Amino acid sequence: MADRSALILEDISIRLHGRRLIALAGRVEPGTVLTVMGPSGSGKSTLLAFIGGFLDPVFSAQGRVSSGAVVLTDLPAEERRAGILFQDPLLFPHLSVADNIAIAVPGAVRSPRQRRQMAMAALERVGLAGFGKRDPETLSGGQKARVALQRVLVSEPRLLLLDEPFSKLDATLRDQVREMVFAEARTAGLPMILVTHDAADAVAAGGPVHNVGAE
Amino acid sequence: MLARGGWLTRAAPAATVLLLIGPVICGFLGTLLPAFGFLPGLGGKAVTLDHFRALFEVPGLAGSVGHSLLTGLASTLASLLITGIFIASHFGTRAFAVIRRLIAPLLAVPHAAAAFGLAFLIAPSGLLLRLVSPSLTGFERPPDFLIVHDPLGLAMIAGLIAKEIPFLFLISLAVLPQSRSEPALRLGRSLGYGRVASFVFLVWPSYYRQIRLAVLAVLAYATSVVDVALILGPQLPPTLPVRLLDWMNDPDLTRRYLASAGAILQLAVGGLAILVWFGLERVGAILVTALRARGQRCRKDGVVRSLSLAGMGLAAATVLASIVVLGIWSVAGLWPFPEAFPQTLSWSGWQRALAQMCSPLTTTLIVAIIAALISVVLTLLCLENEFRDGQGDLRHSTAGSQRESRSNKALLILYLPLIVPQISFLFGMQYVAILSGLDATFAGLTLAHLVFVLPYVFLSLSDPWRGFDRRFDTLAAGLGMSRQRALWRIRLPMLSRAILTAFAVGFAVSVGQYLPTVLIGAGRLTTITSEAVALSSGGNRRVVGVYGLVQSGLPFLAFAIAIALPVLLFRNRRGLRV
Repeated sequence: MADRSALILEDISIRLHGRRLIALAGRVEPGTVLTVMGPSGSGKSTLLAFIGGFLDPVFSAQGRVSSGAVVLTDLPAEERRAGILFQDPLLFPHLSVADNIAIAVPGAVRSPRQRRQMAMAALERVGLAGFGKRDPETLSGGQKARVALQRVLVSEPRLLLLDEPFSKLDATLRDQVREMVFAEARTAGLPMILVTHDAADAVAAGGPVHNVGAE
Repeated sequence: MLARGGWLTRAAPAATVLLLIGPVICGFLGTLLPAFGFLPGLGGKAVTLDHFRALFEVPGLAGSVGHSLLTGLASTLASLLITGIFIASHFGTRAFAVIRRLIAPLLAVPHAAAAFGLAFLIAPSGLLLRLVSPSLTGFERPPDFLIVHDPLGLAMIAGLIAKEIPFLFLISLAVLPQSRSEPALRLGRSLGYGRVASFVFLVWPSYYRQIRLAVLAVLAYATSVVDVALILGPQLPPTLPVRLLDWMNDPDLTRRYLASAGAILQLAVGGLAILVWFGLERVGAILVTALRARGQRCRKDGVVRSLSLAGMGLAAATVLASIVVLGIWSVAGLWPFPEAFPQTLSWSGWQRALAQMCSPLTTTLIVAIIAALISVVLTLLCLENEFRDGQGDLRHSTAGSQRESRSNKALLILYLPLIVPQISFLFGMQYVAILSGLDATFAGLTLAHLVFVLPYVFLSLSDPWRGFDRRFDTLAAGLGMSRQRALWRIRLPMLSRAILTAFAVGFAVSVGQYLPTVLIGAGRLTTITSEAVALSSGGNRRVVGVYGLVQSGLPFLAFAIAIALPVLLFRNRRGLRV
């Protein structure tokens, strides 16, 4: 369902008031993870903002990001299809669980019934069949994380940006969710960039690690 | 609509600034020229100082100016002290929570309605004296005291304080979280300082800086208010703005020169009030510094704390009791003096009032709804433009001080129509309206209201909008939603409560407008508020009671809808509850 193209980062450099925060180049193959590690405040999240297209204009950034032949940095944020997972699941509080996923289905699918069916199928895949009509606020932490992951997956992203998505979960849940995210993204053939300060995340990701702002 | 073709959002800030500053400048020029004798419509073509000379020869002018200054400064100082010390001593207590819950209904009551209610409470034949007569006082008939319209303006000051406290409290609620008040207060007390001292030494500087413009707006309003002064203020002589309006409405059109010169004087009086206020700020700062430098712990602050609680409680009780007494009068039949309650009840007040209310009520609703709607849409467009300008990063924006100074400038523009005395540019706006054929039209009246509605709507909506978790926008874009779709499907629904509240605020401000209605409506287009004030001189308390109730009921209804609608729409959505 996804493009299964590698993510290519060419000579990326992000500066704040002339001070360089990040310098990075590389290639992330489909289904693999590039981990960016650094203490909080090191600016590692600005890399995700740059790739996703939401960088605050106070930062100046150079470099090119492409997914296969598509140059993402030439596109506006909503056309990059750079899916993102945050620390918090951030389910839309005004929508039902199913609508949270249905709203992410690409616009090419026009029929509301079909969009809804796709959302239901996604819920079923993660053992949440029958939760569609629920208020997202009534779900447990683990259930919310699963819905958030399905939401980003049905949007058919080209890549997945992970902004410390496991850091707020308790220890047992953290391992489970991490396994699930990596496994599903691998199945979908998505290149991933994981930003974290937790060494265990880097180990579980199993890919190359880029350190930022380490003194 | 909000996002299609960025031009709409890009044009919004300029349109807003024009809407706020344009009428103020045009109106000011329209006042300034006649003040110096230039008014071609009335044959005035030579520039002269005669009208100022005539103005300074008006008997009792110094008294009028003095009254304006005194009521303005006294009511502002008292409101600020009571609000500030109440917050200092009761932050996080039950009393604080109670006042917080009462804030919307307290704000909903227009100034004029609260003034009527206060008059009905404290007048010699008012409810308070009836409650203790004749048992305690021995009065069988209303005593001959000058309580309302007292020569010192105490009744007017009291009425203003009761209405300004809720406003300052609301502004404070918005800025307190930014002043990091809670940890600072805890720190202060752990160092052995009393509650009030902790607040004054540690929180006050940053708190006051953030509410300062609002305080100046209160000062400007209180110095130049007309409706409250008509209902409660001194009469021999009345405050300056009241006399100005008299001259303006005089059948002898040449009195308009005098009125215009007076409006320029009012501007100077407003400026003087602000200068005196700056002096008071200095004195306050010196006192606080001296206390702090000595390491005064001020732990025995019980008296001050009780006083602030009493002041706050009294202000809230006054506004609420006003509504009750208006309600009783509206259905009162026979109610002779010292009876505490009407002997008979009757609908005659309602029947008489409703018969003549239809047209002003329609005007009130149309103008208030359109002005609030335009304000909300313009505000949303401005805020969206600001958002696109500074496309947020993933977490907190690290944007530097230059953005802050820009938003400070924007805030100053927003407050401009609230800090310049209304009367000094509304006279000129009336000329401009007559020249352009907009006087006594819905468009003209709505435009005049908009100048005062827009700032409040913007102030009310900008905090929730800017405080919205930007990660939701990021997330939506990452899911492939266009900005327009994200706006309609995510941001606006999630902020529906804040948007509806801002609409209600704008609606309430419009309903309460007196001076713009009288001047631009030109007596042909009237609202509930302008009619109510006009009726007050007639003295039929039953009809005034009905008008006061309707006047307060409209904003109250708007706030109730703003609270109830999101609850109904998102009944099963816990995440949206506050």
